[in-house]
Amino acid sequence: MSKLSQRHLLGIKNITADDIELIFETADNFREVINRPIKKVPSLRDVTIANVFFENSTRTRLSFELAEKRLSADVVNFSASGSSVKKGETLLDTVNNILAMKVDMVVMRHASVGAPHFLSRHITANIVNAGDGTHEHPTQALLDGFTIRQKLGSVAGKKIVLIGDILHSRVALSNIFALKKLGAEVKVCGPLTLIPKYIESLGVTVEPEVSKALAWCDAANVLRIQLERQQLKYFPSLREYTLYYGINRKMLENLDKKIVLMHPGPINRGVELSSDAADSGHSVILDQVENGVAVRMAVLYLLAGATA
Amino acid sequence: MRKKLIFDSVQLDITLDRLCRQLVENHGDFSESVIIGLQPRGIYLAESIHSRLKKLLKKDVHLGMLDVTFHRDDFRRREIPAKASETKIDFVIEAKKVILIDDVLFTGRTVRSALDAMLSFGRPARVELLVLIDRVHTRDLPISADYVGKAVNTLASQKILVELEAQGSKQNKIWLTTNT
Repeated sequence: MSKLSQRHLLGIKNITADDIELIFETADNFREVINRPIKKVPSLRDVTIANVFFENSTRTRLSFELAEKRLSADVVNFSASGSSVKKGETLLDTVNNILAMKVDMVVMRHASVGAPHFLSRHITANIVNAGDGTHEHPTQALLDGFTIRQKLGSVAGKKIVLIGDILHSRVALSNIFALKKLGAEVKVCGPLTLIPKYIESLGVTVEPEVSKALAWCDAANVLRIQLERQQLKYFPSLREYTLYYGINRKMLENLDKKIVLMHPGPINRGVELSSDAADSGHSVILDQVENGVAVRMAVLYLLAGATA
Repeated sequence: MRKKLIFDSVQLDITLDRLCRQLVENHGDFSESVIIGLQPRGIYLAESIHSRLKKLLKKDVHLGMLDVTFHRDDFRRREIPAKASETKIDFVIEAKKVILIDDVLFTGRTVRSALDAMLSFGRPARVELLVLIDRVHTRDLPISADYVGKAVNTLASQKILVELEAQGSKQNKIWLTTNT
């Protein structure tokens, strides 16, 4: 018997390495569950979960919803478009109204950094952060770490590189926290305009050249260029970005080892990853999606189960 | 704490032998039967019975292990969520006779969870229960075992301590313990 050190999953920054290990071990069991002929267990049958999405999402939302349903939870979905948020309701009012309908857990995505942290100070329901602005996306980092552990045996001591738009990526920040806590060596790679100035204070190193980064690593996590978050021009053109930082199959085949190629999705095919790379034997992108459901089941199970 | 010995190594050997012969009596060559140990402690007993059956029948018998954690009825009623163990059932249980194996039958709630968990893998023709120790008069649910190593009269406050070599103990010994 074990439980998480926190009541909420707001970010990887405030959980421990033991918490991550516990989530991984529980996710191992749920991976087996979702591969059974009947993929459902009754654990959360008296738990109601609200998926509150103030920002667009397909994969994360679907993955959370499937995880909740496979745990037999009751699920309500809320998206900001077509809601009273448009009429001027505040975040706290919106969520308190949802909670008044006897909701036990809230899975929230919000464009503002710290929105779930703010909420956690005002409500009693368990909160799972499904992405807050450019800050954290903890379940994505957990499923990435879980996939690395599955493919490479462990995370500790492995060399992992994050390639792309590190500046705007919540996936990158959560990944750095998770991988460092689990004892991996982490590099970031991308145009220097898209790498935060003080990134090295997180214990990672910067590698500006993608070919060197690939040759160094055991696993590469390729991130999307988040044009929707960029108010400035950080590089001359997407074509130039692809030329310098895009990964294709030839680059992977020229390596003297087989690396694990990951992407949190959605892929911009032909920009950060060519189609032949995304569909190559190196790619574990669809394993990440499958593991995402198991990892989210583990997080929900562990948070819902701790009554104290 | 007071300890009273229920089984020593020799007695356990004789009892396991008897249980295996009873199983063969009812299930013949096991062509339509499978055995499933309940996690975490029933699997050691299941493995021991499995190896004895293999010797007796001179053929392999399907052995699986089932974890019931996600099917328990006390989720959110205890301070800490129960930790799950591995489930491994690599064969079809549909229309088979399933023998569930656990070390101790106490309230019957684990067996209830196991019946529920098992249905995720198919609809067995029949399910039986084998336990080493049957604690009589302590059941919360209408559940009873088909094969019993030894029926023991216990108080709810007493505990059964199972020490098996397979679990890392020096000798096979089973105790009834009372807190004094």
